[in-house]
Amino acid sequence: MKTFRKGGVHPAENKLTAGSPIRQAALPKQAVFSLFQHIGAPAVPVVKKGDVVKVGTLLAEAGGFVSAPVHSSVSGKVNKIDAVIDASGTRRQAIIVDVEGDEWEPAIDRTDNLVTLDRHPELDAKAIVEKIKNAGIVGMGGATFPCHVKLSPPPGCKAECVIINAVECEPYLTADHRLLLEHPDEVLVGVSLIMKAVGVSHGYIGIENNKPDAIALMKERAATYKDIEVVPLKVKYPQGGEKQLVAAITGREVPAPPAIPINVGAVVQNVGTAFAIYQAVMKNRPLIDRIITVTGKSVSQPGNLQARLGTPFSQLIDECGGLPEDTGKIIGGGPMMGKALLTLDVPMTKGSSGLLIMNKAEAKRTAPQPCIRCAKCVSACPMGLEPYLLATLSAHAQWEDVERLDVTSCIECGSCQFTCPSHRPLLDNVRLGKTTVMGIIRARNQKK
Amino acid sequence: MSKLIISLSPHVHGGDSVSRNMYGVCIALVPALLASLWFFGLGAAIVLVTSVVACVFFEWAITKFLLKRDASTVLDGSAILTGLLLGFNLPSNLPVWIIIIGALVAIGIGKMTFGGLGQNPFNPALVGRVFLLISFPVQMTSWPVPGNLTSYLDATTAATPLSLVAQGRLDELPSATSLLLGSTGGSLGEVSAICLLIGCAFLLWRRIITWHIPVSILATVFVLSGLLYLANPLTYVNPVTALLTGGLMLGACFMATDYVTSPMTHGGQVIYGICIGLLTVVIRCWGAYPEGMSFAILIMNAFTPLINTYCKPKRFGEKPGKEAKK
Repeated sequence: MKTFRKGGVHPAENKLTAGSPIRQAALPKQAVFSLFQHIGAPAVPVVKKGDVVKVGTLLAEAGGFVSAPVHSSVSGKVNKIDAVIDASGTRRQAIIVDVEGDEWEPAIDRTDNLVTLDRHPELDAKAIVEKIKNAGIVGMGGATFPCHVKLSPPPGCKAECVIINAVECEPYLTADHRLLLEHPDEVLVGVSLIMKAVGVSHGYIGIENNKPDAIALMKERAATYKDIEVVPLKVKYPQGGEKQLVAAITGREVPAPPAIPINVGAVVQNVGTAFAIYQAVMKNRPLIDRIITVTGKSVSQPGNLQARLGTPFSQLIDECGGLPEDTGKIIGGGPMMGKALLTLDVPMTKGSSGLLIMNKAEAKRTAPQPCIRCAKCVSACPMGLEPYLLATLSAHAQWEDVERLDVTSCIECGSCQFTCPSHRPLLDNVRLGKTTVMGIIRARNQKK
Repeated sequence: MSKLIISLSPHVHGGDSVSRNMYGVCIALVPALLASLWFFGLGAAIVLVTSVVACVFFEWAITKFLLKRDASTVLDGSAILTGLLLGFNLPSNLPVWIIIIGALVAIGIGKMTFGGLGQNPFNPALVGRVFLLISFPVQMTSWPVPGNLTSYLDATTAATPLSLVAQGRLDELPSATSLLLGSTGGSLGEVSAICLLIGCAFLLWRRIITWHIPVSILATVFVLSGLLYLANPLTYVNPVTALLTGGLMLGACFMATDYVTSPMTHGGQVIYGICIGLLTVVIRCWGAYPEGMSFAILIMNAFTPLINTYCKPKRFGEKPGKEAKK
């Protein structure tokens, strides 16, 4: 069975919600739409206080090429445009809508009928990308990179295959797994749309073999679609990392940054993104909701919720049995790469794939001991870096050495820290080094 | 709602710990320990207990009274391991006071002078052992004959297989089977190759060590002594005997693989292993001492930082010959 070769770890999977069907979350009383739900320039509001909006109404347009518009996921009245604390922990601009009723834009097809690509022969690559761009779709695995940018290969690069990331290597998360089981055909149409958009004839769907039901179902359904191949992958973290996934499926390694998967001919999209693309192109439905796994060992009714964007996390937790007594840490995303939240009054965004509640005992870090130079971090690093050395040099502010040792290649997967027997905060320090070095490089490039 | 903990990812840990690794190595030493008790009885017990107790005591005393640090980590397993390994490298009739000096040098000079766990450039047990070898050459090279289970200081002694080799008495060498089982003279923990190999398999299975260092050392010694044997079978031992004698097995599996003092990359570990094998054979064949394992490892410990500087892991996406193109 295929997997990537270098490094990697195998955290306890804890997929508590793999068997829980997707439930519809209730409408919020007030929805908060951050203008910073994607990587790139913030969206620019096109509504003002008092405007009446419907589900699917454009709230803010893209602020540049690398940017994405934001649509309302609820109907009601714009209350205000103000700075709120979002999942990043900082206070940033957002549009706040008071919810009244549930009225949708008439252009949106709300039926469950499957619309395949054969029914719309008029859709060419340009039209598909345009629709994706206008629907505000971003990478839904958590990176939130505007989708249309990835579908417009830079000059000199030619796409050769589309790879769909249905690996879901983060422990606990099951949103992608449930999506595959409950909407296999929509996903497959989404994949063929992506293939048509970038003009390639071959698509792969990478699924780790801890989801045998999803692999079997997708294999069966994919047989009726041309040139879409389901690739079962050996369970290994961080296989959901773009570069690791490309290596696992094609055997090609993406060179060091600034190279990206397209440099080796691969266009990688998350399975949730493929589903959103189907809805945008075939159903005229902009990105207004997503599936999120709300989970944790102490959560009484963990589950996979289909929730409108802008819904506060506190409401999602209430729907899953409320916040447990012994909560120690709340994580937006999975336990390996997710962010600890300051508060639950944070709205769900396009990149929210999970909400993980850790109890007090799980949340505490063990006190670090001295490095015993066991080299397990070096073996675990999927990028072939030396985490122990980068961490020490970063702690001593030796930025030139940190840069020379390729810190910018770090994908912040956390395998090093996960594996460290001395419980050293390796990634904390490497991240400090990476951020600082990236700043130094930017400053140097500006001077030129 | 009570206060939330905020920290950066990753939020989970694999559960590995320093103690798990250190005690893991201690467990891997149990077969060889039992073999030493079987062959050397009382003497082995006295030497091992003295060595372990003295190492733990010195680590505790130095941490608490000299460094004035929290001494609660004294039982993390590293001092016990140093004590065990030091004991393994001593003859079973060594007087207690000499062992205590060895433990003081191992822990005090070999480890704590540099700042304690993780900071020492040289393997502490070997520092202690080599110090004793140079300071007490007579006591350190009189080897009890296996089988005297109740004797300690009064044990009958005889030459070890390697000293027979050094004296050119090749025809008196014990058979490969008795070398494998360990019924020959030598340091109390090094005699039974088979028990050490069982321990090594345990280390590999628990992923405490990787194969790179032991295999490259053993392969180098095998190949090199094989070549010498082919060149002159009358002067040089056959390669199987070379593998099974002296401290080679113990050194290759347990001493050279010491985390702190060995290189960080697999490539570096192979270079390190080959050099240790090379030096061992050179010292055995042409050096002043019959056994060279301890010296070979200590010499290569000194080169570990250099190896770490030049042996980098292959970066993801790095094409072969990338440097040449630039």
